Amino acid sequence: MKEQQYQVLINKGWCKGCGICTGLCPTKNLYLDEKGKVHSQNPPTCIGCQLCSANCPDYAITVTKKGEKPGQSQHLSVQVSGKQELPQEQTQPSFPAKPVPKTRLLQGNEACAEGAIAAGVRFFAGYPITPSTEIAEKLAGLLPKVGGKFIQMEDEIAGIAAVLGASLTGVKAITATSGPGFSLMQENIGFAAMAEVPCVIVNVQRFGPSTGMPTSAGQGDVMQARWGTHGDHPVVVLTPASVEETYHLTVKAVEISEQLRVPVILLMDEVIGHLREKVSLPDLDLAVERNRDTERPRLTLSKELYLPYRPDPNGVPPMASFGQGMRFHVTGLAHDETGFPTNDSQVAGALVTRLNRKIADRCDRLAMAEEYMLDDARLVVVTYGGMARAARKAVKLARAEGLPVGMLRLITLWPFPEKYLHRLNQGVKRVLVPEMNLGQIKLEVERISKGRWQVLGLPKVDGELFTPDELLTRIKEEVAACLGK
Amino acid sequence: MEYQIRLAGSGGQGLILAAIILAEAAIQAGYNVVQTQSYGPEARGGASRADVIISKGEIDYPKVTNPNLLLVMSQQAYDKFSCLACLDGTIVVDSTFVDNICAAHCQVVSVPITKAVLDHLGENQMANVAALGVLAARQTILKPEFVREAIRYRVPSHKLDINLAAFDLGIGLDK
Repeated sequence: MKEQQYQVLINKGWCKGCGICTGLCPTKNLYLDEKGKVHSQNPPTCIGCQLCSANCPDYAITVTKKGEKPGQSQHLSVQVSGKQELPQEQTQPSFPAKPVPKTRLLQGNEACAEGAIAAGVRFFAGYPITPSTEIAEKLAGLLPKVGGKFIQMEDEIAGIAAVLGASLTGVKAITATSGPGFSLMQENIGFAAMAEVPCVIVNVQRFGPSTGMPTSAGQGDVMQARWGTHGDHPVVVLTPASVEETYHLTVKAVEISEQLRVPVILLMDEVIGHLREKVSLPDLDLAVERNRDTERPRLTLSKELYLPYRPDPNGVPPMASFGQGMRFHVTGLAHDETGFPTNDSQVAGALVTRLNRKIADRCDRLAMAEEYMLDDARLVVVTYGGMARAARKAVKLARAEGLPVGMLRLITLWPFPEKYLHRLNQGVKRVLVPEMNLGQIKLEVERISKGRWQVLGLPKVDGELFTPDELLTRIKEEVAACLGK
Repeated sequence: MEYQIRLAGSGGQGLILAAIILAEAAIQAGYNVVQTQSYGPEARGGASRADVIISKGEIDYPKVTNPNLLLVMSQQAYDKFSCLACLDGTIVVDSTFVDNICAAHCQVVSVPITKAVLDHLGENQMANVAALGVLAARQTILKPEFVREAIRYRVPSHKLDINLAAFDLGIGLDK
């Protein structure tokens, strides 16, 4: 008989005695003892087929060549190093020979796609929907050129599910949609928050509810972006007001998502998504080098020490990639540090608290807003997204007439950037909130105001922006009231 | 000062592409530019319009309010937008589609653009680019060379020659 060459190493702490390995073992080398734990015969009759280790649901079995420790053999177990090498057909970025001009005409949706590529996103799955379609269209062209993958799925539920799967294997992933698709994605956005799967969801808002008007603008998804999925979950929502900002916020969204392991929603609207304007953006391949912050933090723990949901001092667990060789279980159920489900109320409570503190502890750092002419303002226009374009023009026109008006343009919507409202000057009497919904951000401003200023909503729900003249008329009335005329 | 251009007609006439070409031309001429559009969910048919705003300075509000130059390629578009044109503005009307031109407050130029393209080039697909020729001859902000360069950049190469021919035809139509 040929001398046996293989040994089976068993982590008895992880074995639950399911009997899969003993059933599969062709030489009956494995058996369960009276405590229901798996054992290997002595001497082992193992032939190295690895059916047991490949099928163990708890990664409790490792097969090695005799005399080797786990991790030494290359073909039997994966050597884990700091750098995550992925089996990918990664090619050098190759872009069309036609040079991309630095100053050019670009659409908001196209800028989003270019921002994603620059941030190192290499996977898109989704279902095209107006007014977000150009993001999918552009990425379908760009991703294969940089070694990435584009998949059009059967619907938005499958789209985000594929994005989460891709992200778990170590690839930065994005999807894009509009209101109806965003509604379909909510369940898996909650899964991403619970299982801490980094991903970016772009929602180019259109007029709603339901399928509404596909080619008309809306901002009705502000609260849905925060609270669309059930349970107390962390989420970051960013909203751009220009084509160039769309590019930079897409990069930022990837960065936040990868660093904090949270779903980040880029909440655009039809006005910005379909707007073309002159931009000055870096060449794509150069930008990849510049945006190192978007890289997923590297894993330095060994396979034996790794627990997929043990947080680092910042409250964020270091993330292994599926296929890297780590024991990594993912579930939407409440789970402990091993990633396996638990009904322990203490563990579950600590988990939800930690998940939400990832964002709550960083509110100030995540808060972004643009302050415009606020120093001596008596009336402040709080605005965001496409509506900010009309508001800025109206504020300029009002200033030209000598009226004390300023603008606070929110860039982060969630967590709500309170600090900018807290530091408004003492002379502010009124705050006007024009938005393409019936007052979703107005509610938040009211919450912060605590009676300090009178908060006035200015809703517009017909699929169009206010014109600057319409806003100016209202601004004049309110300024007159502020000044007591 | 902002120079506002609105191109209005029906879906499928290529007005959005025409607006993109104008915007590209404006960038090459060193201006700031924004371009927006409004259209229905249909692939063709239905009202469609495209706006271009050209300025030396920053452009905040991206929609056209009072166009300096208005192109209309349907009766409906004429009826809806002709009243918006600036007092010193120009309305270019494609008389192939617009019969009823009521008295306007500004200059109206009526040219059978689509018919001329069909007669001279055998197909009417390039009516949008021919219309750009008419517009190019009617303003001083964008030199025709810039528009021609933008057509080269944005029109598919196998259709480039016939589009450039349509553009030159449009410039000639206005004379």
